[in-house]
Amino acid sequence: MLNIKNLHAAVEGNAILKGINLNVKAGEVHAIMGPNGSGKSSLASVLAGREAYEVTDGSVEFEGKDLLDMSPEVRAREGLFLAFQYPVEIPGVSNINFLKTAVNEIRAYHGQPPMQAKAFLDMLKSKQKLMEFDANLMNRSLNEGFSGGEKKRNDIFQMAMLEPKLAIMDETDSGLDIDALRVVSAGVNKLRSKDNAFIIITHYQRLLEYIVPDFVHVLYNGRIVKSGTKELALELEEKGYDWLKEDIRLEEPVQ
Amino acid sequence: MSAEQDILQELAGRDYEFGFETDIEMDIAPPGLNEDIIRFISAKKNEPEWLLEWRLKGFQLFQKLAMPTWQNFKLPEVDFQSVSYYAAPKNKVKYESLDEVDPELLRTFEKLGIPLEEQKMLSGVAVDAVFDSVSVATTFKKQLNELGIIFCSFTEAVQEHPELLRKYLGTVVPQSDNIYAALNCAVFSDGSFVYIPKGVRCPMELSTYFRINAKNTGQFERTLIVADEGSYVSYLEGCTAPMRDENQLHAAVVELIAMDNAEIKYSTVQNWYPGDADGKGGIYNFVTKRGICKGKNSKISWTQVETGSAITWKYPGVILQGDNSIGEFYSVAVTSKRQVADTGTKMVHIGKNTRSRIISKGISAIHGQNTYRGLVKVGPNATNARNFTQCDSLLIGDRCGAHTFPYIESKNNTAMVEHEATTSKIGEDQVFYLNQRGIDSEQAVNMIVNGYAKEVLNQLPMEFAVEAQKLLSITLEGSVG
Repeated sequence: MLNIKNLHAAVEGNAILKGINLNVKAGEVHAIMGPNGSGKSSLASVLAGREAYEVTDGSVEFEGKDLLDMSPEVRAREGLFLAFQYPVEIPGVSNINFLKTAVNEIRAYHGQPPMQAKAFLDMLKSKQKLMEFDANLMNRSLNEGFSGGEKKRNDIFQMAMLEPKLAIMDETDSGLDIDALRVVSAGVNKLRSKDNAFIIITHYQRLLEYIVPDFVHVLYNGRIVKSGTKELALELEEKGYDWLKEDIRLEEPVQ
Repeated sequence: MSAEQDILQELAGRDYEFGFETDIEMDIAPPGLNEDIIRFISAKKNEPEWLLEWRLKGFQLFQKLAMPTWQNFKLPEVDFQSVSYYAAPKNKVKYESLDEVDPELLRTFEKLGIPLEEQKMLSGVAVDAVFDSVSVATTFKKQLNELGIIFCSFTEAVQEHPELLRKYLGTVVPQSDNIYAALNCAVFSDGSFVYIPKGVRCPMELSTYFRINAKNTGQFERTLIVADEGSYVSYLEGCTAPMRDENQLHAAVVELIAMDNAEIKYSTVQNWYPGDADGKGGIYNFVTKRGICKGKNSKISWTQVETGSAITWKYPGVILQGDNSIGEFYSVAVTSKRQVADTGTKMVHIGKNTRSRIISKGISAIHGQNTYRGLVKVGPNATNARNFTQCDSLLIGDRCGAHTFPYIESKNNTAMVEHEATTSKIGEDQVFYLNQRGIDSEQAVNMIVNGYAKEVLNQLPMEFAVEAQKLLSITLEGSVG
């Protein structure tokens, strides 16, 4: 589904991704961990197409197409979804109208007619139930005055509505209390299928107890320095990242 | 007729001294502003002596008054002598079918969702017999007549309702108010007159009717609306369709009068030609609008969506004279390209327990300059006066500007005046968030802007709220890269 080869990227001339290689297949869940400033969120931003990030080398293929060649909205319409680390507030724009616009834009891209109001509401209701999403939040302005947890839950609810092929969750667990974390994780687990894939970016092993990954990668200094299965996450939780940093320093000195 | 002949003969003779000829068939007066032109206009309209005197007094004041110097833009030089002050209203049928109309204009109509028949009227296409605007107007008029509502052109009101007109004309905006108001008094072309009798609730938005009949709104419009005790009226001026006009200067005057327990809701959608990207051309829209809550418990509410004109300069205000009266001002002003808007309101609290509410939303894009200027004045007898002002500015891009000049004068220590202001930029983060959900940047900006202006747009009559939303989108087209 997603094939990242030797991806290099920079912000304002500063290199942040220095040769990422990652292959994600349908039905898989990949966790990306790593210390602060290692480039985890940058990777998410580059994949979603944030303007400030300049790709300097490498390639990314998404479902056989050149992802880097697409505008951010086309990436979204092709089925790439980013759950934001900090979802923004957009005052005066109702959550429900926003979702309807998004759903219909994606449908239009695939040559489908706009969804009828009734069908849309039915879908909305069934997803609300599935995701245990508070219906009152639906009629409010997009994230305006939402608590941190509500914003994250709204993002995951949008994910359920838009049914992406690949969902990237950028530190969705940060700022969530344990109950919210459970609800969000349960929601994600319900959305998992053999046809879609997830990249979960997190600092903590805690989230991975609820959403069990198939693979765990450690990102450090703009590169994936170690890959493994879910046991790697446990090892990191126990030992921290320092031992990895030591290993890397011994192998190849950082420029 | 012969009286008119005489006057014109006389005029023609006298005109000669000033170097131009006029005759009875003339549709357009030669350029220039002087007493003779004013006499000519008054005669053309068959006005009574008192109105001619009133016009002449306006002209005298115009000559004495100085140009304002406090505005937050460079006032362009207006050559008053190069303007023609009279043009007979004509039926401008220019085309046989819509196929002949500028496709660019049609595209805009399409985007605004203006019904086909209205598109034809607005662009000057002959209207089908099925949709005979005269008969539609007649139907409305009959319904209004039965309720005793007067709604007619100013010219008609001069002939049909001279007493009412004389009683109220110039009582809210004095002739000496400012130089452009004085000019309007001298040379006003036409406009509307509305009178709602005691206890009558006007059953329709006067907009519908108005739009059908507003082919020639004119350069120096004059509107007077009187709502008698316990009555209600909602009036919409203007049109979301792009209005091209050869006249660069527009100086209108609007006066509203609300008696005891009466309510007037006045909505404006202004979309005059803004000039091109370099700031060439475009309308100067210098308007004086004011209402008076004369009676107790009365209410006047202004709502404006200003997207057009090269320069918009106006402060629709309310004089809160009656006890417990309420004044409201809701405004969205968009300046894009090289547009300038210096707009806001004046709320003058005189009566006890008077309340006012001001919601102003400025939007600046490209090189647009947007100024909010407001005055909240509380007189010594305005016990328990209350004001709430919220004044927000939104910037799109980094070459535009937003400015705020709120003035507060209070002479009563029981008054409570609140002012809130915010300035924000459309965040790249907001646009990116919407992009990431499949929405392109242009639509993303539309959503953000409409969300921002929602509180004001909600005040508009339903059908215009929808059009106004689309209008904001069209105005801001091309403002994001």
